[in-house]
Amino acid sequence: MDETISNSTAIPAHSDRIRVDLQLIADMIEPGTRVLDIGCGDGELLGYLTRTKKVDGRGLELSNEGVRNCVAQGLPVMQGDADRDLADYPDGAFDYAILSQTLQATQRPKEVLSELLRIGKQAIVSFPNFGHWRARFDLMFRGRMPQNPNLPIMWYETPNIHFCTVLDFVALCKEMDLTIERSMVLNESGSKLSLGSQTRFSNFLGNQALFMLSK
Amino acid sequence: MSTATNTQKRPPLPGHHMVLGETEKLRLDSGVEFGPFTLAYQTYGELNADKSNAILVCHALTGDQYVADDVHPITGKEGWWSEIVGPAKIIDTDKYFVICSNVIGGCLGSTGPKEINPETGKPWGLDFPVITIADMVRAQTMLIDALGIDMLFAVIGGSMGGMQVLEWCKSYPERVYAAAPIATSFRHSAQNIAFHEVGRQAVMADPDWCGGNYLLEGKKPSRGLAVARMTAHITYLSQPALHRKFGRKLQNRGAITYSFDNDFQIESYLRHQGKSFVDRFDANSYLYITRAMDYFDLSLEYDGRLAEAFQGCKTRFCVVSFSSDWCFTTAESRIVAHALNAASCNVSCVEIESDKGHDAFLLDEPDFHMVLSGFIEGAAEGRGLK
Repeated sequence: MDETISNSTAIPAHSDRIRVDLQLIADMIEPGTRVLDIGCGDGELLGYLTRTKKVDGRGLELSNEGVRNCVAQGLPVMQGDADRDLADYPDGAFDYAILSQTLQATQRPKEVLSELLRIGKQAIVSFPNFGHWRARFDLMFRGRMPQNPNLPIMWYETPNIHFCTVLDFVALCKEMDLTIERSMVLNESGSKLSLGSQTRFSNFLGNQALFMLSK
Repeated sequence: MSTATNTQKRPPLPGHHMVLGETEKLRLDSGVEFGPFTLAYQTYGELNADKSNAILVCHALTGDQYVADDVHPITGKEGWWSEIVGPAKIIDTDKYFVICSNVIGGCLGSTGPKEINPETGKPWGLDFPVITIADMVRAQTMLIDALGIDMLFAVIGGSMGGMQVLEWCKSYPERVYAAAPIATSFRHSAQNIAFHEVGRQAVMADPDWCGGNYLLEGKKPSRGLAVARMTAHITYLSQPALHRKFGRKLQNRGAITYSFDNDFQIESYLRHQGKSFVDRFDANSYLYITRAMDYFDLSLEYDGRLAEAFQGCKTRFCVVSFSSDWCFTTAESRIVAHALNAASCNVSCVEIESDKGHDAFLLDEPDFHMVLSGFIEGAAEGRGLK
């Protein structure tokens, strides 16, 4: 599911440096809280949060390989997907429900969002911004679906089926009456851009977006 | 000379035997107050000073307490989980104190239908009370009490062993720090009950079963028990594994013989499985233990709401299934994992890709071993075991 971020350098399981965009998420998490990481991949963020922030962390991951790697590191992770398997979790079971770079690959993003905020007191959501100038350039001048290092897979193979822009996402939050606690846009390498995060400008320059939401 | 006399004279099997239920009897699900009774068990490794490093391994239907012995006293082979349990292995006996007891109703030294009923001086036979998975676990708790252990670091088991693991967590959650129910379910499916019934009928149809009194009659329902084992063994394998191993290969012959001899290798293999099984297993024990599995349904007392069975349980779980296991499918494991999630339990749930069917949990499966090892190490860290 994590195709939108290129991750060429493998990070050793117990290194305390993680991908830049994941570090931004980690910085939002209070120590000692309960965290559900949906689409946790190989457990990079979950392992980091468990080790450095002593969170009570759980993961949900679609790929068998990811689940295996997580459990082999001692992380409690289940095989499952965001569309189907969130229903079992009780209301308010977690302080944070994290959905990193996965929303665009879900069948029903709106339902998933509302599930995140049923299970978690706060939701942390990141996604690739389809309003980024490069995506617009590809469509407008090349007449082709955007393809770049962060969106490397062709349209007929990509698991990303529900793209949105930063402004689309803000509009959905408004429609669902969700509070945007924090938001930021990131550049290609996942570093934070110092821009107002919900503007036409950031919608043009932000490669990815990161939101913290509550009800 | 009757076999009953033989039973009495039989030299005891190696390992520990503990007589339990002398003062307070074992209350069985059927309502019977049972005892005193004996549990035969093996231990490996040393119990640490604060008694926090004990792992209880629960055996499957035809398993026994000799989980990691170099030489099994009857078969002469290695213990059934030597792959996993031993010094420097995944369940490291240099680090943990491993306990495995023969289930009540079994036939390797624990009180079961072939042992002598003290009231009659004859083998119990079908007078032995019907036992359940919960009864097996209740008997184990008496053993664990007697060993002075309050909380087990882990309870681990596959198949029927996994049922016991789940029963432990439901009934004694405060006594289990970590649990690994493997290739198992919270209930026995209709298909599994059906196969067990075929096995039981095969035993009972053997005239040498003598209505269950074969020990008194000096007989042994070997043919019936062998057929039961042959049928069951097929369910432990998968179609691709059988095909890979045997295909349509013929047994020591160039052509089919136009007879009912064992022309095919698979026939010869199954006959061998059946034959070697009857040397180590008691037919009545087979009836009792299969029945215990059939009766198992952890959700029954909660009207099917399995999550309620685990409410408030602090145990950490690792639920493992195998992709080609059609006895205890991944779908069943996922029901367990979802229920644990709904009860806010700490749960990992992994499906291991394997074409070896239900028996995969006993075999060399590197991915499974990696997962189990990671789970145990993570739990050991959480429990403060270094």
